[in-house]
Amino acid sequence: MSALTTDAPRKPTGGRRKSKVGWNLLGLLVFVVVGFPLYWMLDTAFKPAKDAIDPDPSLLPTGITLDNFRRALDIADFWGPVGRSLIVSLSVVVIGVIVGLLAALAISRFAFRGRKIVIVGILAVQMVPLVSMIIPVFLLLNDLDQYDKLSGLVITYLTFILPFTVWTLRGFIVNIPKELEEAAMVDGCSRTGAFIRVVFPLLAPGMVATSVYGFIQAWNEYLYALMLLSQEHQTATVWLGNFTTKHGTEYAPMMAGATMMAVPIVVLFLIVQRKMAAGLTAGAVKG
Amino acid sequence: MSADTTTPAKVPPQRQAPPPRVSGAPRRRRTANGAGIPWLLLAPCLLVLALVMGYPLVRLVTLSFQSFGQSQLWGFKPAEWVGFDNFSGILGDGEFWGVVVRTIVFAAGSVIFTMVAGMALALLQQKVSGWVKTLINVVLVASWGMPVIVATTVFKWLFDTDYGVFNALLSRLPGVDMVGHNWFASGPQGLLVIMLLVVWGAVPFVVITLSAGLTQVPQELEEAARLDGAGAWGVFRYVTLPILKPIIVMLTTLSVIWDMGVFPQVFVMRGGHPEADFQLLSTYSYDRAFVVNDYGQGSAIALVTVVLLLGVVAVYMRQMLQIGEVE
Repeated sequence: MSALTTDAPRKPTGGRRKSKVGWNLLGLLVFVVVGFPLYWMLDTAFKPAKDAIDPDPSLLPTGITLDNFRRALDIADFWGPVGRSLIVSLSVVVIGVIVGLLAALAISRFAFRGRKIVIVGILAVQMVPLVSMIIPVFLLLNDLDQYDKLSGLVITYLTFILPFTVWTLRGFIVNIPKELEEAAMVDGCSRTGAFIRVVFPLLAPGMVATSVYGFIQAWNEYLYALMLLSQEHQTATVWLGNFTTKHGTEYAPMMAGATMMAVPIVVLFLIVQRKMAAGLTAGAVKG
Repeated sequence: MSADTTTPAKVPPQRQAPPPRVSGAPRRRRTANGAGIPWLLLAPCLLVLALVMGYPLVRLVTLSFQSFGQSQLWGFKPAEWVGFDNFSGILGDGEFWGVVVRTIVFAAGSVIFTMVAGMALALLQQKVSGWVKTLINVVLVASWGMPVIVATTVFKWLFDTDYGVFNALLSRLPGVDMVGHNWFASGPQGLLVIMLLVVWGAVPFVVITLSAGLTQVPQELEEAARLDGAGAWGVFRYVTLPILKPIIVMLTTLSVIWDMGVFPQVFVMRGGHPEADFQLLSTYSYDRAFVVNDYGQGSAIALVTVVLLLGVVAVYMRQMLQIGEVE
């Protein structure tokens, strides 16, 4: 398919019987079926527009053109929404990771009365179906004069990613043995010094992965972006969701727009997903 | 954390059971034993959550008992308490019950489909060669990372009436003619397509989490069961499944919560105006509030959704706390 980088472990797993061939064929079928929507998006985005409206389309690429991308960029302002999405997502992530890290430290490195209640509270917040909250959040931001302001959207998204961020960072911190910090403190570091010199470097990969997750979540959100910003301040997802022209939906440019929105995110996700898993499993004492 | 810089270096990191704290606003000068520090660290997080989650949650409940429309939104009239009027309004409405049943059927279908497919794929991942596994992982992670809106527009295109590739592919089968078939002419068929979209987006997370879980299943246990004469199904049923149970419980509860709250997929698929046949609780509540401008009833519907999910949330929380405890 698309040139997605893969360098996962490829062990030959020798010594198995021929029955593997059957499983592999089934696996390839799964690969084709699951990957087909992605393939078809890319295929449509790059094929000449007239081939896209063929009632019996060819499954293989028929030719490569960038016309659809040009058309998608023409139909409506693309960079405005993308810029706004970037501003919102980056602000959310930066604030979210700092605030989340502080909270994660509190619940993982301190024993205090009410700790359990805080943990339960944070987990419970994560479980509130976000769709149900749109009406009161809309009214709240309306009252605070934050309707149609990016700052309003940022603070809203912050509550969406904080529970997850705190919980994940907590997991990363718990995996760093306390003894490392204590050793540094015995050697004369202050507690803050021990954190900055010992814990922080070990935590950094986990923080990067968590940030990217938060970024993707903010970037992908649709309902709140639709409701909390007016048409002229729409974000990238809303831009794509409203993608219609005078002639109805033009699918080829729409898939070009979809490609532009998805590919950077998917690539980012592919990179981080492995880091995230590695970060969760790797032992803390690694040199 | 800078609050602690004054403490001498060799002070032990913490004291057990510090004196009770009252609120989340930690303006205390307690450098002596550092009891205020965790609360100081938590303060920004709790503040944001209280403002944009806690307060709206309370507001959702109060709104459900108020008459709140356009004029209240603009502040011309104060909100009026109407008791259970909003609830009796929706509960007495046949359409509402139709929506509830549709939502539950849709969510149940999506969850079961997701979990079964996810489990099957996770098991398959163990059987295939390394390179096939890598290929599958790449498409799984890629589709997981796809923005929901992108996935929705892509599915809209796949299932387009006139030029959708799905109709074309089906029609290539002998004896099948699906040319020009409109998948969205009726609710059930359209929702089936939307379910497929939801499952396609949800399966990767399930597969990857379950695969990680499967590597924890001790080989010796499976071997022992096999020696005792268990077949493939027996090993799965009596060895693998019980070990994976915590993960499965977690994934199932999460899926229920997500699938009960499906919104953009329906909303965008139906061009912003889902027909009566397509309404789920999420879109129905949205419609009531932002289309009919009855924020009170919209909130009541949302509240009913939350209440429906409470049981599931409780199960999830118990499981997560157990996992937390182990760590």
